[in-house]
Amino acid sequence: MRMIGHVAVNVFKESVRDKVLYNLVAFAVLLIVVSYLLGQLTAGQDVKIIKDLGLAAIATFCLFIAVFIGIGLVWKEVERRSIYSLLSKPIRRSEFILGKYAGLVLTLLVNVSIMTAAFYAVLAYLDTQFAESVRAGWPAPATDPGMLKAIVLIFVELMLVTAVALFLSTFSSPFLSAALTFGLWIVGHFNADLRNFEAVVESRPAAYLARGLYYVLPNFAAFDVKAQVVHSLPVPSSYVATTAAYGGVYVSLLLTAAVMVFSRRDFK
Amino acid sequence: MRFPAVLLILLMGGVIGLQAVHERRGGVPAVDTPDMLYVRSPEAMRRLALSYRSVLADVYWIRAVQHYGSTRLSNDPNAKYDLLYPLLDLTTSLDPRFNVAYLFGALFLAGPPPGGPGRTDLAIALLEKGLQAQPDKWEFAENIGFVHYWWRQDYPEAAAWFTRAAEMPGGPFWLKSMAAVTLAEGGRRDSSRVLWQEIAKSDLEGLRNEAQRRLAQLDAMDQIDQLQAAADGFERQVGRPVADWDDLRRAGYLRGFPADPTGTPYRIQSGRVTLDETSRLHPLPVQPAG
Repeated sequence: MRMIGHVAVNVFKESVRDKVLYNLVAFAVLLIVVSYLLGQLTAGQDVKIIKDLGLAAIATFCLFIAVFIGIGLVWKEVERRSIYSLLSKPIRRSEFILGKYAGLVLTLLVNVSIMTAAFYAVLAYLDTQFAESVRAGWPAPATDPGMLKAIVLIFVELMLVTAVALFLSTFSSPFLSAALTFGLWIVGHFNADLRNFEAVVESRPAAYLARGLYYVLPNFAAFDVKAQVVHSLPVPSSYVATTAAYGGVYVSLLLTAAVMVFSRRDFK
Repeated sequence: MRFPAVLLILLMGGVIGLQAVHERRGGVPAVDTPDMLYVRSPEAMRRLALSYRSVLADVYWIRAVQHYGSTRLSNDPNAKYDLLYPLLDLTTSLDPRFNVAYLFGALFLAGPPPGGPGRTDLAIALLEKGLQAQPDKWEFAENIGFVHYWWRQDYPEAAAWFTRAAEMPGGPFWLKSMAAVTLAEGGRRDSSRVLWQEIAKSDLEGLRNEAQRRLAQLDAMDQIDQLQAAADGFERQVGRPVADWDDLRRAGYLRGFPADPTGTPYRIQSGRVTLDETSRLHPLPVQPAG
């Protein structure tokens, strides 16, 4: 466990050195500029749009971090040949993989936390710009804590994306890993269509295959409750817990597979 | 180290200067291309949007507002609002709870040319789509009634929708009396005023502004009626139509020069009193007499 912690902290430090946290500045600037411009562009929907945009930006910025850093976690060590000196130390391969994963998840956690704070700060400021009569018409307060449910699920989704990228990077090139991770992420949003495939095809085998893929492929659409929280629709805590558990089990599956593949790799 | 900094500043100055020249020359040569909407199918867009449906709905909403605003301000009597309904349809398909898009969208669509496309059918279709998505939203039923009342002058249909809205959960009681008044004396200015006064209480700023404008139009219509009565009285008394406001002032019908609620002077020509075309209240709605 200590070894995993050491590797994780090093991954986090490396991401700080690589100026990954600079994206936080871009996020803050985006939110501030957009919230200033929105008043001129739209008919009084500033708060809704800032909520939509803020949640989407948190998900997107961190998705890119998860994919592009995730695919390089193992590959970089192999490419630099630092893997030889690392594995000669008293560290198991499983600890190496889990440490790398935990480090990137820590980086994402810091990013998501700071972005969330900035997001709520902008909303709190916007809240002061409207009269009480206008605020009374909003479906939810500007700084509605219910949005945290969507952010929690975004974070679990990012953990899953990171696990996919890390798993793929244990046996394929960075380019292929990135393409496959993005591909899986996109397919994962069409999960409901796979479920209903039998309604549009006559072939039974094709329908069974689609049904099988529906259960096997990661269902990324399940993590998206952004629209619900923005409109203050109920998102039961049981739904958040079940979806987070689904993400957790899927992450465990991918990390186990990643450890297995990486343990069998021959670096001689 | 100092030289590159100076060079950077000089180059930045060059970029800004050339951009100013570019702007002075009128920018990129104009190409007469119509506004484009590459994806018109709401279903296709819902799929393409992945987890960004709400953000894309916002983008289409902003495009709809900009399209409506720029077309309305173009001063082109043949201005077309071709993209307005497709944009609103995409917005509300991507985010079926985008209530403002239904309410404002219907106002935009129903407005008669040149201030709008005059498509009351599409305004009603949009609001009915909203009712399908949120069957308990009495405001949509009220607005359908309103489109029938104000723009279509179909009072029985308007009364039916007001009744339906009143019977929905949370529907205000005054809509029931509004329905009765609409059936009994549909189109009277007083009942129109009651409707707009209720809309003026909306928590949506845009709707409140529109209601204030409509109420000012109703006031202007009352004032024009009074001025017209004075002008007619003058004509009966003197035997010729009023030439200008001075005629009425000298005859004791007026003390000053009459202006509409926005401060723009009324016009009088050959004895007919009208709203000035530059007034923010122009054109006045087609309404029966008060």
